Amino acid sequence: MLIKIIDPTAAREHEVTPQALYLDRRRLMASTARSMIAAGVSGVSGLMSSMAFAAKAYEKVPKGSPFDTNEALTPFKDVTSYNNFYEFGTDKGDPKINSGSLKPRPWKITVDGEVEKPTSFDIDDFIKTQKLEERIYRLRCVEAWSMVIPWIGFPLADVIKAARPTRKAKFVAFTTLLDPVQMPGQKSKILDWPYTEGLRLDEASHPLAFLAVGLYGDMLPNQSGAPLRLVVPWKYGFKSIKSIVKITFTSTQPKTTWNIMAPDEYGFYSNVNPNVDHPRWSQGKERRIGELFKRKTLMFNGYDQVASLYTGLDLKKNF
Amino acid sequence: MKKLSAKQQLRLEKSGLLLALMLPLARIILDYFHDSLGANPVEAMTHRTGDAALQILLLSLAVTPIHRYFRFRRAILFRRLLGLTAFFYALIHFSIYLVFDQELSFGDTFADVAKRPYITMGFSSLVIMLPLAITSTDKMIKRLGGPQWRRLHKAVYAAAVLAVIHYWWLVKADLTAPTLYAVCLIVLLSTRFAWWARQRNNKPVIKQPG
Repeated sequence: MLIKIIDPTAAREHEVTPQALYLDRRRLMASTARSMIAAGVSGVSGLMSSMAFAAKAYEKVPKGSPFDTNEALTPFKDVTSYNNFYEFGTDKGDPKINSGSLKPRPWKITVDGEVEKPTSFDIDDFIKTQKLEERIYRLRCVEAWSMVIPWIGFPLADVIKAARPTRKAKFVAFTTLLDPVQMPGQKSKILDWPYTEGLRLDEASHPLAFLAVGLYGDMLPNQSGAPLRLVVPWKYGFKSIKSIVKITFTSTQPKTTWNIMAPDEYGFYSNVNPNVDHPRWSQGKERRIGELFKRKTLMFNGYDQVASLYTGLDLKKNF
Repeated sequence: MKKLSAKQQLRLEKSGLLLALMLPLARIILDYFHDSLGANPVEAMTHRTGDAALQILLLSLAVTPIHRYFRFRRAILFRRLLGLTAFFYALIHFSIYLVFDQELSFGDTFADVAKRPYITMGFSSLVIMLPLAITSTDKMIKRLGGPQWRRLHKAVYAAAVLAVIHYWWLVKADLTAPTLYAVCLIVLLSTRFAWWARQRNNKPVIKQPG
């Protein structure tokens, strides 16, 4: 007969730490260690601040927006290591590698143009006046790949209302920071810096149009457009301008960067449209990050509620 | 230790070169299993095999100038291996597109090849390389005869030009990499023109009887 003698010091099945907890602890330790190094050896206060640093900034922001998609989220790692942000290099791995030089605090945002009272705010004061919420949106890049991202932010419409645009205001223009020291990609003239984007005022006022300050319950990482970026889920990703310093209300259609670069390839509207191909490649399908095969692209990226903004407009001409 | 015969020596060198040429593929496979191909592994594999194909094709085009100008005669012995490896990578590159982008739909693939100029270029380049790869055996060289074989294999210049245009036309804004390839190709092709012009000038002038 075989007698199994259990080593009294061996761990039993029920004593094993659940993997999720274990991984979480490791992540916490790693991030605490990192921030401790960052804080330097400055005694107890340094330790305290590093402990506070480990918590996510927007964890308690209300979730479950009616605009959410219930599709599987794209992993945080993929969202933050694969994106276009030419201010930090043209490879999709570049933004994560090169955006350490960006300083998202302190940050000033100017609201001007056709508004009753042009102003400028500090980003943190600005965020304090807003009611933050989470929005889980699809993002469709003009390069035919897509993601599902849980953003933290507030409706652009709220900012527009507060700015009190004049009756002449018909468009909203956005400008990214211009600083080749913080954004080394601006040293090469690949695009006409600073990056600018724009929306029609009614598009910008649509409840889906969103200004994000965070993702995955935390502050926006630099590579994702810290400290403030636009998210317009029914348009190609490049319309969702990053690291915004200026919001200008205009009476005429503003110039937009990719449209200046190649007007026959990137229109002012740039609504996601599987029936209008990019001159060089098809827009009928997309590769969802995390999937091997392509899936069909949906009109307006599946956000049909914006269709009424474009009644009577030829979307083939106004691509 | 026994000294290797010339034949054994060459075989050893060729194996070494083949091993080196398989490094890009080995890295792709390793990265795939380590989950380090990034967020879009299909795109990464497509780009990396395309880069390898183009780089090795240009390397194969560097053999003749090296042979001619640096009198490095042995170089010519490795040209076939380089050409075939370039074709091999181009074929994987196309297969990834065929499987993951077009899901093996030949109709869609044909439509895409016809409609998208940069794909037309890349596909033509591959098609041109196919007969060159097939005729890259000693038997085929004998069957075609030297001059005929050489004439056919001049098509590699067209394949290389089309491959560079293929890359050039798919880039959105940053033309650095395609420009680099284009410059290399222009240099490699101009050595042929220079050689050809020199040969023509050096031809013995036949004096007309007075």
